[in-house]
Amino acid sequence: MRLAFPLVVSAFLFSLGVFGVLVRRNAVLVLMSVELMLNGVNLNLVAFDAWWADALHGGQVLTLFVITIAAAEVGLGLAIVLLVFRNRGTSDLTDLGLLDERTEDDQRPADLDQPEDAR
Amino acid sequence: MNGVELAFVLLGAVALGAGFLVVTTSRIVHAALWLAVSLGAVAGCFLLLTAELLAWVQVLIYVGAVVVLVLFALMLTRAPIGPAPGAARGRVVLAAVVAAATAGVLLVTLLAGLGGEVIDLEAADIGGGEAVGSALFRAWVLPFEALSVLLLAALVGAIVLSRGRGDEDGR
Repeated sequence: MRLAFPLVVSAFLFSLGVFGVLVRRNAVLVLMSVELMLNGVNLNLVAFDAWWADALHGGQVLTLFVITIAAAEVGLGLAIVLLVFRNRGTSDLTDLGLLDERTEDDQRPADLDQPEDAR
Repeated sequence: MNGVELAFVLLGAVALGAGFLVVTTSRIVHAALWLAVSLGAVAGCFLLLTAELLAWVQVLIYVGAVVVLVLFALMLTRAPIGPAPGAARGRVVLAAVVAAATAGVLLVTLLAGLGGEVIDLEAADIGGGEAVGSALFRAWVLPFEALSVLLLAALVGAIVLSRGRGDEDGR
């Protein structure tokens, strides 16, 4: 099989992910676009592993690592998105310009480890 | 073009078409479902490139776990079921220009450097469980252990984040 086929597919997958990250406003959709970019990279790694005939299977093992890291990233990312949605009532990235967790009607320090939570 | 190449081109076209719908469709839940199609097609591409174990890992983790997680997040953030308002026109044009530039740079670099190369699939070592497992636990065992610590940290972090502040703020 010609090496050009996987290379073209992975380049287009990556640029589709770039387009999605730039154009989407919902935070969950931005995370999905990042997954598309990671899959473009994975396809490249697997293609070069097969082309190189790597005895250590470096490309495939690194792809396994990328999949693991992507799973951890999406788990944490979605937890953060849910927390932001709970605090702000939106997951629209254009509305989320502040790093502060507090809103105007809620001046308590938004500490996650307040004693009343320990029930 | 032989049979393997034809199958790869078809799977790649499915992956790219579904990926295009992921980033352009105005229905958010449909985008998550198209993501499953796109990732499944990439798993088929892995299978054709002799990465047998990775294809099943891709199906299990991406199509199985990540897409379901994304769907849960969409439902918990009360994503609209119907069409959502699209992005502003200037933003779409800018994003398309940047994405086209990225694709152009990648394609020119990769095809100019490696366009004529051929993967010898007959001679390649099939990356099944035995081959990848032996490489993973002999040559790559240290990064593997580091990754297990990373997964534990991510698990603890996700629990701490999602524990939240209790119910009094009416989420």
